[in-house]
Amino acid sequence: MISRRVFLKNGSFALVSLGFAPSFLARTAFAAGSTRRSKKLIAIFQRGAVDGLSVIVPYGENEYYRARPTIAVGRPRSGDAGALDLDGFFGFNPRLAPLKPFWDRRDLAIVHACGSPDATRSHFDAQDYMESATPGVKSTGDGWLNRYLQTRHAETESSFRAVALTSQLPRLLQGSAPALAMNQIAQFGIRAANMNDSFEAQYQAAADRVLNGTGREAFDAMKTLRTADPTRYDAENGADYPRSPFGQALKQIAQLTKADVGLEVAFADLGGWDTHVNQGSSQGQLAQRLDDFSRSLAALVTDLGDRMADIVVLTMSEFGRAVNENGNRGTDHGHGNAMIVIGGGVRGGHVYGKWPGLAADKRYEGRDLAVTTDFRDVFAEIVVKHMGVADPKPIFPGYAVQPAKFPGFFA
Amino acid sequence: MSNARMNGSPKRALLVAAAAALFAAIVAVQTTLNGAEAPADDDQAIVHVLNRIGFGPRPGDIERVRQIGVRQYIEQQLHPERIPDDATETRLKEFETLNLSSRDIAERYEIPQMQARRNAKQEVATSPNPDQAPSVKDAKRAAATQQRANEPLVELSMQKVVRAAYSERQLQEVLTDFWFNHFNVDARKGPERFMLTEYERDVIRPHVLGHFRDLLGATAHSSAMLFYLDNWMSADPNGPHPAAGQRPFGPNGFPRRPGLGRFPPPRPQQVQQQRKNAPKGLNENYGRELLELHTLGVDGGYTQKDVTEVARAFTGWSIANPRQGGGFRFMPQLHDEGEKVVLGRHIKAGGGEHDGDEVLDLLANHPATARFISTKLVRRFVNDTPPQALVDRTTDTFRETHGDLRAVMKTILTSPEFLSVDAYRAKVKSPFEFIVSAVRATGADISDARPVVRSMQQLGMPLYQCQPPTGYKDTADAWVNTGALVNRMNDALALASGRMPGVRISNAPAAESVLAGTMSETTRATIAKATMPPQALALALGSPEFQRR
Repeated sequence: MISRRVFLKNGSFALVSLGFAPSFLARTAFAAGSTRRSKKLIAIFQRGAVDGLSVIVPYGENEYYRARPTIAVGRPRSGDAGALDLDGFFGFNPRLAPLKPFWDRRDLAIVHACGSPDATRSHFDAQDYMESATPGVKSTGDGWLNRYLQTRHAETESSFRAVALTSQLPRLLQGSAPALAMNQIAQFGIRAANMNDSFEAQYQAAADRVLNGTGREAFDAMKTLRTADPTRYDAENGADYPRSPFGQALKQIAQLTKADVGLEVAFADLGGWDTHVNQGSSQGQLAQRLDDFSRSLAALVTDLGDRMADIVVLTMSEFGRAVNENGNRGTDHGHGNAMIVIGGGVRGGHVYGKWPGLAADKRYEGRDLAVTTDFRDVFAEIVVKHMGVADPKPIFPGYAVQPAKFPGFFA
Repeated sequence: MSNARMNGSPKRALLVAAAAALFAAIVAVQTTLNGAEAPADDDQAIVHVLNRIGFGPRPGDIERVRQIGVRQYIEQQLHPERIPDDATETRLKEFETLNLSSRDIAERYEIPQMQARRNAKQEVATSPNPDQAPSVKDAKRAAATQQRANEPLVELSMQKVVRAAYSERQLQEVLTDFWFNHFNVDARKGPERFMLTEYERDVIRPHVLGHFRDLLGATAHSSAMLFYLDNWMSADPNGPHPAAGQRPFGPNGFPRRPGLGRFPPPRPQQVQQQRKNAPKGLNENYGRELLELHTLGVDGGYTQKDVTEVARAFTGWSIANPRQGGGFRFMPQLHDEGEKVVLGRHIKAGGGEHDGDEVLDLLANHPATARFISTKLVRRFVNDTPPQALVDRTTDTFRETHGDLRAVMKTILTSPEFLSVDAYRAKVKSPFEFIVSAVRATGADISDARPVVRSMQQLGMPLYQCQPPTGYKDTADAWVNTGALVNRMNDALALASGRMPGVRISNAPAAESVLAGTMSETTRATIAKATMPPQALALALGSPEFQRR
């Protein structure tokens, strides 16, 4: 009831200002209150450009093994080092084993050969483009997930509507809609507990509208967290989070999700993917990072259990890596890459996107996996089909969103 | 004081009437500035000025300004070269890299790190067991080299804190911050980090009260800007043109792509491939931002065609060996020699390096630039919503003086709008302004600025690391959010209770004095109720009133 009341309040404000008739308003509010459940998105950024070709391995292509004499992930059933077969052509890096059950249950989908239309191989620019979702345009002020928040009024006025478990707000969430960044939810509070009430009184009394409003939000959020008591938390369904920073970030996202604090969009990131030297295959540098990555993700999805019906987890990385291994048993910056989508509504167990092939003449600029799916089509499909945005245009300025171009991981 | 005559409008009469009722003291100063009889300057007006043309009052500042008068103080600040600043210079002596050139920084800090990395790679590549993780010893050695490579940027950041907190030339520091942000570059892009010391010191700071055209020209020629916005590798698509035995990039003749901080040294079999990636096309990045962000503004009336033409004009404006700290070099073999048409002006074919200068002349003198820059400055110094009449007058000054930034600043700082009721505490402090003003207000001594620099990360404004070329925003909405506000209150607590290492308050002022007397009854009551002086001070620094300037 609370969320319906809040929706009505916000909704009436928005609709009245657009000049809609009250009857429409009532119907909308009723429909929303009775049927619509809050959909959530958890976005994961693998900073440094993960080598998608050794994560979602195209073992069915001989070219993969020709291009990577020392670091290819072996074919399935070639021993411990072999890929875990997915569909007869692609296989998981064996270190993704914790995610295999979700693939088998068809909750996990992959979009391969996906990326940016921009040619840049600079981490800096490519991350920027992926987070602003305006490839080639650097002066975009806000991130695409913030624009998502802007396009629709919140169903709840929660300070926890958008939370990044990072010390700084990522570009993806920067913009005019409120979003919160914090390293540790346990540390979100006034560090001298006896000062809390005095500060709260000051901000409540402030004639200053901006600071008064934000101050109230902040103290409400702190109260909410104290009630939710995040220090006492037991993961469910036997989920076992790694003790790594990434594992702990995802654990806190699960805590916030379950605490019903109004979370709609969550973000976490992890680095260490820039494997120019000694990348390894099913063992080694990349494998170690994948181990943390997949065990953390698996714990999150396991922990959230039934709640995953309303949640989508999306992983992304700024670009892929060159098809040929380099002289240091590593890989250099490339182009197309793989994204992973997990969620209850996802038509999983399938690799989406058109596979361009790895043969020299199929490669981008003769060296990299070509991009056949614009990353904005992945984002847009989630925003439209999962989050229920009717008009995604303002979220993707300068891009003609066409459902026909969606990869199709939602029905 | 021609401004006073220009403002004898009914609107102004209204403004003054309202002000008289609400805020008599500030009106008094306003009258002073308009040439009437000078009554004693009011403390609140002094605090306002200290908060706007500097980073807030230190204990004793209000008395000092009261003695010389607000008007005289502003005049002094407009001439920083006449203000002695020896104490600050002494504080800065501990930083070894501040006077080094980019080349020296590259040689002493960056290249050893690259060398170490290369050696490590070599070791790994030739090791019999390459999949083995690097040893703890190796990791420690690598971390130490990496840390040393960061030192110039760390020192630059600490220098910024120290100058803002202690320099007597406060307006110069505010303007250096403003103009660096206007011509923003980000330390995290490739070799950018070792170019910034020189960029701020030689490109930005000397010009902040000089002529706009000189500032614009200095940024356009700086390796920091040429690298950040990729112009250094922008080339005529029909090139490269043969030039007298000179290869465009690097000692080995193959090009380097920007933004790749860690690519391995090229090998012979790669050379063929890399040749294909030689600068072979136009990069519009600088051309676009030059128009949109540096001069005309996004609504300045240019087209995509203009962007392309400007980019063509700047082809060949490049850098000699960016990774070795080289400076500007014009590379004729990359330059597009054809005719260009920018904003209707024909730039004749064959102009070479001079094409870029011609574009800069055109842009610096363009009316849209005068308006765009004036609007931005008025927003910074007066109000998030810049008063139109003041923007108009500032624009006039800009045009009449051909971009004399001292005259432009004088128009703003001596205007009635600057000292109006509407402007008082109208701006929310940026995180940097908040931290530095707290240090100043408490008279704290910074023996190690590192913790302050680190707190800027937490507050969402890491120094010299603003990613987009737009720079940090200068309006309240960018800085007021729940997480940031909680962090500010905690920083206030840390600072006031001596828990910010390296920053010590030895002679704490009375908490109320920090807010210069103006505060809500509740704020006053919470401070009065505090049982310990550090708590009272924390409540003053973390209060809503202190978040504004």
